[in-house]
Amino acid sequence: MAAATAPAGLFDCRDAYVRTVEELAANDSRIVAVVNDSVGSSKLGKFRERFPDRLINVGIAEQNMVGVGAGLANGGKIPFVSGAGCFLTARAMEQIKADCAYSQQNVKLCGISSGVAYGELGATHHSIEDVAWLRAIDKLTVIVPADPWETAEAIRAAAAHDGPVYIKISRMPVPALERPEGATFAIGKGEVLREGGDIAIVVNGTLVHRALAAAAALAAEGIAARVINMASVSPLDTDLIAAAARTGAIITAEEGLAQGGLGGAIAEYCAQHDPVRMRMLGFPGFLPTGSAAWLMERYGLSATGIAAAARELLATRTT
Amino acid sequence: MNRVGLERRETAVRTLESRAAHVRERANWMRRRLLRMIVDAGQGHPGGDLSSADIIAALYFDILRIESTSPAAPNRDRFVMSKGHCTGALYTALAGAGFFEEQELETYLKPESRLNGHPNRTYLPGVETNTGPLGHGLPVAVGIAVAGQIDRADYRVFVLTGDGELQEGSMWEAAMFAGHRGLGNLTVIIDRNRLQQGAGTEDTNSLEPLADKWRAFGWEVVGVDGHDPAALLETFDRAVEPRGKPLVIIADTIKGRGVSFMENQAGWHHGVPNAEQYAQALKELGAELEAEMN
Repeated sequence: MAAATAPAGLFDCRDAYVRTVEELAANDSRIVAVVNDSVGSSKLGKFRERFPDRLINVGIAEQNMVGVGAGLANGGKIPFVSGAGCFLTARAMEQIKADCAYSQQNVKLCGISSGVAYGELGATHHSIEDVAWLRAIDKLTVIVPADPWETAEAIRAAAAHDGPVYIKISRMPVPALERPEGATFAIGKGEVLREGGDIAIVVNGTLVHRALAAAAALAAEGIAARVINMASVSPLDTDLIAAAARTGAIITAEEGLAQGGLGGAIAEYCAQHDPVRMRMLGFPGFLPTGSAAWLMERYGLSATGIAAAARELLATRTT
Repeated sequence: MNRVGLERRETAVRTLESRAAHVRERANWMRRRLLRMIVDAGQGHPGGDLSSADIIAALYFDILRIESTSPAAPNRDRFVMSKGHCTGALYTALAGAGFFEEQELETYLKPESRLNGHPNRTYLPGVETNTGPLGHGLPVAVGIAVAGQIDRADYRVFVLTGDGELQEGSMWEAAMFAGHRGLGNLTVIIDRNRLQQGAGTEDTNSLEPLADKWRAFGWEVVGVDGHDPAALLETFDRAVEPRGKPLVIIADTIKGRGVSFMENQAGWHHGVPNAEQYAQALKELGAELEAEMN
């Protein structure tokens, strides 16, 4: 299958992922890639050409894939275990829990084409529960990068971090975000991409650019919305969340279940430390047939959907 | 160098008979010690502990190239306890091999003990991966063996699995891949006691023809009496010779081996002997030791 190309000005984060893993592999012989027949969908064909001994394809066997990843880590390797997010997380959940997290093995799990990227293929192929499931696992870092730069930085941070990491990598085209010069990525740190004191919109992944567009629309109406990119879901940047709560209203939005994921993590924190009105945008559960783009629109995971939720939340606060 | 290392260095000049005698003595000690742990803790898995004791003793007290003083040495042999519930056998072997003080066995299953009901590598040196849920050890061992294959390292990887555990699909995913990769550095030992938690393996979900299954997956297969230290050592000596495919050793064992009333009784998968039973067990194991010494 020919590799899909993102529209002009937009990027497929898988490209940043493979480019970075190849860069790391060129400088560190411990880097290996483990796949479940997903060389193409993980875009690892070039990696295989450059490092044929370091691409381990276990075939269609996700439990073994994650176990083998943990074993490679035991043998001194830094494995990037890559597969479609839906199969990697659900099929191999106990291996992620026991072999990677509980055993504290240095495995990097890359959920490719996650969220609703597979659109019409249906709920079996959607990976919208992954963040809710995985953030419940102790000692597992969970990162949802938003654009090519952040994907590359997250991969580098994961490689440098001694411990298991899950990185949710989208194939849905996204723009490169504008950041201040010298911006850095760190596990456990969020970033404020737009200042504003009326309401905070906390997002990650494919929702970040949508939230920025929503904030621009709200500004035209005189509402100053702060946009926080919380790529690091576990551990969470609680300082930024505490500050966000002081605006008096928080909207969360994610390409995942409305409950249990990023929004759930923030709600847990706020309920106990900084109670604040919230709206949590996401998917309600198993989704009807539809393209990825249609599903995002249908469930309000769009600039207009986020802006509407913000207006509605602010209205409840003032009445 | 610790005791295990010294013993290994001497292996070359020791006869099979003297090596087997040493393993037999260590296995007998493990059996007596692990029963005390189970009695003190008020729970445990004596059936599988006793069926695997000779295999584990042969590995820890003769075969494995490990140093308790450097449990993370990159070139160490790996032993993966896929049947993670048999911690009585594993912990006594680790203590006997010097990974921690024998006295710590008294903390087995106590609050905040490093000796959890299933092994945890973050608590205890010498544990390679956290097991307990069945079907996890072999995939991890295959990953270690692949790392060794990539690095052309000369460490060997040993996995002990229960036979009932082979009903887990992940074991066959891993077996298939190990055969495909020709992992000559990998040896699986099946503790073939023919009993699982509630009944016989063949009455539950039959494993036979077991050897044929492994051969079909690209493995070399040998059988051995899992309670004959000399036979075990001979088999392991052959296991570490260079070969182009993974090896599985089907070790015929008796669940509860060494304690007459536990032998071949599924009910002793988990259980705790009462005072009278414990005294009887020690008496039998003591008599066995005495017979061996003479």
